[in-house]
Amino acid sequence: MFSVSNLSCTRGDKHLFAGVSFTLAPGQWLHLEGDNGVGKTSLIRILCGLSALEQGEITWKNQSVAQKPDAFRQELVYLGHQLALKEDLTPLENLSVNAAMVGQLLNLSVAMAVLAKLGLRGREHLPVRVLSQGQKRRAALARLLSSRAKLWILDEPFVALDLAAQQVLTGVLNAHLHNQGMVLLTSHQAVALEGVGLSYRLTS
Amino acid sequence: MSAFVAIVKRDLTLALRRKNEVITSVFFFVVVAALFPLGIGPEMNTLRLVAPGILWVGALLASMLSLGRMFASDYADGSLEQMALSPNSLSLLVAAKILAHWLLSGLPLVLLAPILGLQFDLSTDALWILTLSLLLGTPVLSLIGAVGAALTLGVRGGDVLLSLLVLPLYVPALVFGAGAVQAEISGLGASAHLSVLAALVLVAAVFSPWASAASLRIALES
Repeated sequence: MFSVSNLSCTRGDKHLFAGVSFTLAPGQWLHLEGDNGVGKTSLIRILCGLSALEQGEITWKNQSVAQKPDAFRQELVYLGHQLALKEDLTPLENLSVNAAMVGQLLNLSVAMAVLAKLGLRGREHLPVRVLSQGQKRRAALARLLSSRAKLWILDEPFVALDLAAQQVLTGVLNAHLHNQGMVLLTSHQAVALEGVGLSYRLTS
Repeated sequence: MSAFVAIVKRDLTLALRRKNEVITSVFFFVVVAALFPLGIGPEMNTLRLVAPGILWVGALLASMLSLGRMFASDYADGSLEQMALSPNSLSLLVAAKILAHWLLSGLPLVLLAPILGLQFDLSTDALWILTLSLLLGTPVLSLIGAVGAALTLGVRGGDVLLSLLVLPLYVPALVFGAGAVQAEISGLGASAHLSVLAALVLVAAVFSPWASAASLRIALES
């Protein structure tokens, strides 16, 4: 259970948003909507713990995230605008480094299968810098497939993906929800996932 | 611990694929150390006198050359965010990055120093002490440098600020490092200086990853 109550955010002297509250239960997903510049990314960075919490409370399994950040991070995957891929490493190397960083040992066949599922078969050993924008995004999404985290926070996951990749991603998200996972995403397009879908519209 | 090893390995692999960055700072050290004997002239006594200082200042500047890049690329591509969100403590991952930085920019200097020291007509004993003092001293440079690099991350014109911030903090390592070689040459024995250097490494190893991690979190907040 991921629960947020009464969050607010100010940047300089501009109040971005205030009073943001919602609760996400296992198997549920939340679509965070809002116009450009309304503070979706700022909210997401606060939720992950990258930006400081000015006001309000975030709880994970009824425990305050501020008090037990490690337990929360263990079950969190965050995919932002920056893909966290090293341009000089291959998708395979990027994937295994990222897995090791969250304390997970990824064996080669699993990693290869994950990349193949995302349509990167044959490109596992190319440096990321020669891949196209969409392929880079696919390589970054591989982190989701190999992760065991319960809560996925995704900032614009569908950007730059072609139709086939969007379908793969939708399938991955559905499977995660099916496994009692939780998904919080922002997107400017309509998102249709299985399970209980909530929607939160940010307004200034 | 596997995360620590993974980060060290990753940074070493990246450096091997972008060799010019490592080679630049090592080459800088070689060139600086080679220019001084040419400029000063073949007066052996003078050379022996200035050798420890020149080699140490050269090592100091060479190690500083690569500091700016320590966290910059991880910051730019979002890897740093992922490190901050990893269930492992950020200090541990930062310690791995510092170790990788030392292996790439400190260790080559340690290995080259005895060869470069020959140009200054240093005795074998003095060369040993020079190598040993650099072996103890260069980790201090990477450790202190990491705090500076983390503090100036994302700041415009951060590179100049970084040198202003870090160079004064390098003074103790320079004084005791160069002092060790001078003490050895003058026959006083270098053990006191080396002990102080070892103490500096230990203190820096405890505080630097923690302080760097705290600064990185601040840099990530904006």
